[in-house]
Amino acid sequence: MLKKLTLSAAMTLALGTTGALAAGGAGHVEDFSFSFEGPFGTYDQFQLQRGLQVFTEVCAGCHGLQYVPLRTLGDPGGPGLPEDQVRAYAEQNFEVWDPELEGGEGDFRAAKPTDNFPAVTSAGAPDLSMMAKARAGFHGPYGLGINQFFQGMGGAEYIASLLTGYTGEEKEEAGTILYENKAFPGGWISMAPPLYGDDVEYEDGASTELEAISQDVAAFLMWTAEPKLMARQEAGFVAVLFLTVLTVLLYLTNKRIWAPVKKGAKGQPAE
Amino acid sequence: MSGIPHDHYEPSTGAEKWLHKRLPIVALMYDTIMIPTPKNLNWMWIWGIVLTFCLVLQIVTGIVLAMHYTPHVDMAFASIEHIMRNVNGGHMLRYLHMNGASLFFVAVYMHIFRGLYYGSYKAPREITWIIGMLIYLLMMGTAFMGYVLPWGQMSFWGATVITGLFGAIPFIGESIQTWLLGGPAVDNATLNRFFSLHYLLPFVIAGLVAVHIWAFHTTGNNNPTGVEVRRASKAEAAKDTLPFWPYYVIKDLFALALILAVFFAIVGFMPNYLGHPDNYIEANPLVTPAHIVPEWYFLPFYAILRAFTADVWLVMLVDWVTGGIIDAKFFGVLAMFGAILVMALAPWLDTSAVRSGRYRPMFKWWFWLFVVNFVVLTWVGAQPAEGIYTWISLIASAYWFVFFLVILPLLGVIEKPLPQPSTIEDDFNEHYGKTEAGAGDAAATPAE
Repeated sequence: MLKKLTLSAAMTLALGTTGALAAGGAGHVEDFSFSFEGPFGTYDQFQLQRGLQVFTEVCAGCHGLQYVPLRTLGDPGGPGLPEDQVRAYAEQNFEVWDPELEGGEGDFRAAKPTDNFPAVTSAGAPDLSMMAKARAGFHGPYGLGINQFFQGMGGAEYIASLLTGYTGEEKEEAGTILYENKAFPGGWISMAPPLYGDDVEYEDGASTELEAISQDVAAFLMWTAEPKLMARQEAGFVAVLFLTVLTVLLYLTNKRIWAPVKKGAKGQPAE
Repeated sequence: MSGIPHDHYEPSTGAEKWLHKRLPIVALMYDTIMIPTPKNLNWMWIWGIVLTFCLVLQIVTGIVLAMHYTPHVDMAFASIEHIMRNVNGGHMLRYLHMNGASLFFVAVYMHIFRGLYYGSYKAPREITWIIGMLIYLLMMGTAFMGYVLPWGQMSFWGATVITGLFGAIPFIGESIQTWLLGGPAVDNATLNRFFSLHYLLPFVIAGLVAVHIWAFHTTGNNNPTGVEVRRASKAEAAKDTLPFWPYYVIKDLFALALILAVFFAIVGFMPNYLGHPDNYIEANPLVTPAHIVPEWYFLPFYAILRAFTADVWLVMLVDWVTGGIIDAKFFGVLAMFGAILVMALAPWLDTSAVRSGRYRPMFKWWFWLFVVNFVVLTWVGAQPAEGIYTWISLIASAYWFVFFLVILPLLGVIEKPLPQPSTIEDDFNEHYGKTEAGAGDAAATPAE
């Protein structure tokens, strides 16, 4: 534990807590503060639920989450919806293709918790399941990427930066309209600004300003990319703690075993 | 097994004698675990245990991962996510396996540098060194194929670039490439054979590791002085050595526990630090990533591969002399494999009679420059091949070859080595006996 603290302190001193955020490509990634950053970070269950709402009401119009099983919405360390809510959410929001219906001909039916979120529904819109891990916002300091230890990979920051990064400029190129975005590499993105603020109504009365809902949905997408983050960090912490104790015990054992050998050397200087 | 005289296993009970007559397995285990080991080994001798641990870790986690993985281009990527989301503990297994590869390479590089500095490759340990180099090559092949399995963008494009190297071989290159890939491009056949080989090669490595250990248990360990253990009699050997158990087992386990604490901090808190974000995007043959970067442990050799471009005069000369058979691309491939070949030939390129770098005042400097150069190659391998980076990689790659082909042979002739201790015991006593030299004659002899 002490070793770990010393290590953390040393790294903090060496790297500086503010950290250098290298731009992903040419884009500018804002260092938003998320609850899940750092070795002891945890997901904010209510933020994930709000993010789920933003995703469902806005993003899901075009984007899919094909690798995410709907039942995991009820898992601990995630949005943690009660079982009946998960079932209701799946039923009300999504239809899936079931090849076993209609005597093997297949048909659409309401989604069940055992299904995954649907895949991409609009051409050109990437699947968002692992988006928060497929984009690294942070490369610093000096391109070494060590800031990840405290700030995560920066994928969630990238998403939030992208959603808040529209400048309002548009241009037409080869028949498609491109929108200027400060966070997007290259500066022009084909996705129209999806959020403007007040796009959703939260039951818990949380802020629905653009920056707030962008962070909510970014946090949710971090969870879809890394649903076991909290379990993993807990396991990591226990492992480090256990191994530190073991290291101390082995150090003392080693010292004890070698003591007579080293003591024996004292009486016999080199000839 | 060992050339160093020591006590051997004697079966005492009737049952032991019965077994020993038929299968002397207890004797083999006893001799292996009680092998006399130079008592002056320093902390750079712990990497062997770390490497053994890594091999076991990778095989154990890998076998379980293989139970849930599907080697098919349409399902591989999804099956990884299945492991990450649906398999109990699957996310930990996968992150351990991913980062275990990195720990494996950290350890192997430390182990190799240890061997280079202390002259562990010199007679009579050449076979140990050569087998070690073979293990290292197999490790690289295994790691490369393992990185293809998740079927992400970097998997696919890394595989395309690396197998493309073989296409650079004149005349037969294209056929070899097609044969490796199982088709004209990286596809389902490639993924299947890579999965098969990724599962097979670790067991070949395990076999070679056994031979590696057998070889150095026959010659005895090298040690920081490079001076051989005295082996005229058991009593004399005992002055220079300690049995492996418990002295080195406990020391190595202590080091391993410390290293694992750091390893688990990385696995637990930033498991994707050493990976590439693009590998969380499914492989797409139609979209090339902006920068195709191999895993960090390949970067030094990737830098050497890219260093020799068509505008380097040496490349032009070779191109002209060979009538265009060795063009810049093939030259790069030869340089990359040549870099490992010259390292494997170190036992014959190094002409110095002195083993340990500790007593080689000039070698020391060239060695540390070699280490710094290695770090520079790793760094420059991750940079785009343009501007100042091409110069840096060219100079750094050239030094790699100069070190093995010029400096090692030359130093043996021009260097005046420092006096070496006459025995390991002297070295040990020199190190630990300084403070109370001459005091206390009730010196305890090391417990056996």
